[in-house]
Amino acid sequence: MGKRVLLIEDEPNIIEAIRFILSRDGWIVETHSDGASAVGAVNAKQPDIVILDVMLPGKSGFDILRDLRADPEHAALPILMLTARGQKKDRDMAQAAGVSAFMTKPFSNSGMLDAVNGLMAAGDAPVVDVSGDG
Amino acid sequence: MLPFNILVLACLSYAGFLFAVAFWAEKRAERGELGWLRSPMIYTLSLSIYCTAWTFYGAVGYAARSGLEFATIYMGPTMVMIGWWWILRKLVRIGRTQRITSVADLISSRYGKSTTLGVLVTVLAVVGTTPYIALQLQSVALSFAVFGLANPGRLVLPDLNNTALWVAAGLALFTIVFGTRNLDANERHHGVVTAIALEAIVKFFGLVGVGIFVVWGIGDGVSDMLARIDASPVTNVDIDGTRFLTLTILSGAAFLTLPRMFQVLVVENAEERHLFTASWAFPLYLFGMSLFVIPIAVVGLDVLPDTSNPDMFVLTLPLKYDQQALATLSFLGGFSSATSMVIVAAIALSTMVSNHIVMPIWLSSRKEGATVVGDVRSVVLLSRRLSIAGVLALGYLYFHFSGGSEALAAIGLISFTGIAQVLPAMLGGIFWRGGTRTGAIAGLLIGFTVWAYTMFLPSFGDAAGFTTDLLTHGPWGIDMLRPQALFGVEGVDPVVHAVVWSLALNTGAFIVGSLLSFPRPVERLQGAQFVNIFEHTGSTRSWSHGTAEAEDLLVMAQRIIGASEAQALFYAEADAQGKQGYLPDPTPQFLERLERELAGSVGAATAHAMLGQIAGGLVVSVEDLMAVADEAAQLLEHSSQLEAQSEELARTARKLREANEKLTVLSIQKDAFLSQISHELRTPMTSIRAFSEILRDGSAGTEEMDPESLTRFSGIIHDEARRLTRLLDDLLDLSVLENGQVSLNWSRTNLHDVIDRALVATEQGLEGRDLIIERNEVSEHIAIETDADRLAQVFINLVANVRKYCVNDAPVLRISARRLENDHIQVDFTDNGIGIPAQNQTVIFEKFSRLSDQAKAGGAGLGLAICREIVDNLGGSISYLPGQGGASFRIDLPRVHTKKR
Repeated sequence: MGKRVLLIEDEPNIIEAIRFILSRDGWIVETHSDGASAVGAVNAKQPDIVILDVMLPGKSGFDILRDLRADPEHAALPILMLTARGQKKDRDMAQAAGVSAFMTKPFSNSGMLDAVNGLMAAGDAPVVDVSGDG
Repeated sequence: MLPFNILVLACLSYAGFLFAVAFWAEKRAERGELGWLRSPMIYTLSLSIYCTAWTFYGAVGYAARSGLEFATIYMGPTMVMIGWWWILRKLVRIGRTQRITSVADLISSRYGKSTTLGVLVTVLAVVGTTPYIALQLQSVALSFAVFGLANPGRLVLPDLNNTALWVAAGLALFTIVFGTRNLDANERHHGVVTAIALEAIVKFFGLVGVGIFVVWGIGDGVSDMLARIDASPVTNVDIDGTRFLTLTILSGAAFLTLPRMFQVLVVENAEERHLFTASWAFPLYLFGMSLFVIPIAVVGLDVLPDTSNPDMFVLTLPLKYDQQALATLSFLGGFSSATSMVIVAAIALSTMVSNHIVMPIWLSSRKEGATVVGDVRSVVLLSRRLSIAGVLALGYLYFHFSGGSEALAAIGLISFTGIAQVLPAMLGGIFWRGGTRTGAIAGLLIGFTVWAYTMFLPSFGDAAGFTTDLLTHGPWGIDMLRPQALFGVEGVDPVVHAVVWSLALNTGAFIVGSLLSFPRPVERLQGAQFVNIFEHTGSTRSWSHGTAEAEDLLVMAQRIIGASEAQALFYAEADAQGKQGYLPDPTPQFLERLERELAGSVGAATAHAMLGQIAGGLVVSVEDLMAVADEAAQLLEHSSQLEAQSEELARTARKLREANEKLTVLSIQKDAFLSQISHELRTPMTSIRAFSEILRDGSAGTEEMDPESLTRFSGIIHDEARRLTRLLDDLLDLSVLENGQVSLNWSRTNLHDVIDRALVATEQGLEGRDLIIERNEVSEHIAIETDADRLAQVFINLVANVRKYCVNDAPVLRISARRLENDHIQVDFTDNGIGIPAQNQTVIFEKFSRLSDQAKAGGAGLGLAICREIVDNLGGSISYLPGQGGASFRIDLPRVHTKKR
């Protein structure tokens, strides 16, 4: 049974890159590109892990994160947040909202793999911080 | 003997010449090259419309009948001019600051913008001036007849009536063409003023020429002339001291109150200091005009047959001695005197009739109010033109039915006395704060009635029911009410009787009425404004902070005074308040100023009402406004210094508040921008890094990659790298532009070609919807010295924005270009979308201020910022133009490159 990841991201090229990296590692990658309906997509697809971009059309990644955590069903869902705005306050905001891991664009392919696999292994572990470098 | 036809030809070519001069002056005024055309001398010459045909022909007749008494007609105005410091200076200052357009407007404005008074003075002026216009028509007709009679052989005996009709029609045409060419807020008519200044010179030399001929041609020099005068019956006429004094005062009063004199003295006055020159030059002119009157009268009585009309001596004398050229010059002088008076009188009267009678009626007949109706300008112009035609028609009808009275002077005096009834309200208004509307109305009505009863109606004789019986025994046999011996005062000269009674009762009623009535707030306010005009010029207050929206006001002002004038006014005001753009705060001062500007087009009371509809919201609040205004005015008087300080403070505070608001917005924008720029840079970098790692790992041999993916992935890397470069280019472009380090490629080009280039470039670019472009290609052909590539870049940006952001289903872009007077060009790009909300209008030109966040964004929000920097570097400016329906951008550029600041 393959591990399933839901990638919520709107940049087509980045979707393609992540899909390629994770698929090669054996992940089943599903994608969703709209912010407003993102929570619904998580409910429908019930992924093992969610990768969530911050700047999304319709609704910000932070709002989606809060909505998911507010639902007991997704309280323990591993969520990796991706952002292109590498400011500290964004990181703080994500932690306050209950993110599982936080990653800044651009990332290294191996870093992405490590983060996803680490989250999967740790279950609902404390926040894993993955820097963009490496 | 001079053929009559040649005279007509001379007359017509002279009229044609006047047309040409007026046209030329208008053209120069339009180009702003008035130069000496607005010099004090032109002003002085224009005042000479005081000297009408009555003065030109009539003064000699007057002297022949009554000796030196004719001099009173010149002495009154001379004294008013010499004493300009006391009355004229004040009138001119009030006229300029309050934008007074006529005598009626002055009285109406002073007494609380009263419509009743406006109508009253207008009616009085029309009634008083009509005989005077008839008089001018008659004198021109008579002078034609004199030439006709001198040519019995030619069988061209002109019909007086026909001549007068043609002259009236010609004058109406001239006045309509040059008097209502445009609606200047100042009501100035450069063409007309220049033409009448020229006529002033012609009539001066006409009269002086005849005078010199009489003294040195017919007579034998000065001493011979003095002897002739001594021997003449002219000097035997006894001078009645009372009558002499009365007539002097009367002519001085008329000089101030005659509508045409007010027009040239106050309304057409370009600069206050011109009065100083006129104060000595105009009396000198009058002196020249009167110098030869007695010699001409004496010689005329001496050598011409007893039957000849003394009023025509100026013509008949040269004709008798067969001096054709001189007679023609003299004829043209008389023609000039008559026509210049009629033209200016018609302009002044039409302004009054249109502003105080036609416009109020028209406005009140429109239920929607002034804000919804279309272009008010066309209505104003039409009503002026009709009024001019009406005034001249009245003059002609009066002439036609009165049959032409023989003595010109008598009609002139009647007219003078009638219009002088305005004097108590006028002087009381500018010197006495206690004068009220009630008093002014009472004074005017009584003065008008007494004048009509004792002077105007009796001049019609039996036709008006004033039979000899009535004159000698009074109506119903009541002696007290005899028209020429009111209240039993007998044995007085009829003119003195009428002048003294009408003005005395008028003044009495004005004072008593003023003392007994309580002024409304707005009257007290205006009273203070007029009487203390020199203490606080230009700070009227009559508007409270209303709900007026600057944009609504702009829309209305554009309709009334024209788009570019209104925009310039709003822009200047916003600038003075320390704001950018076209929307100043609707402060009381600004509303007041706006009202004055509008008053120039539609009259004070009307402008007040129109503004009230927007600024006051409802009619009900007008009274409240007045109350507030009154309080403000009292405050102003008590502490005008404090006022100035707090005004300055308010200005500074507003500036600070605005700066702060802008900073706050900018700081938020800057944070947003940093996030944005980070996002814009990191997004392509993410793809580049991920795919390059994939390619690197692939070639390292962990897994073979199919060639198709290989090509695809390197394609993505390439695209994203280009996207990154584009962004960096934009940023660098902006930074170079901002630091002013850009090297511009100045060259001569055609604006039309640059716009074409931009349109072609944007056509190929984005998909977009079908965009309809409306442009007037002819007006775009303007040679301009600029950097064509950079300018095209700006245009491309604006057009692309319309494609991206205009929400209309059928988007239309209107491009309009024009060349301005200051040698700038102006290009407007206006779409039919929803425009940009007022709170965003100030920040759209800042970097990264993408209004719609990321939704439809095609770029990083640098477009307009780059546009602004480019235009700035080209020496011009770009601004958002509110109130145009959709979004509208205006680019203003110098047409020719000048060295950079």
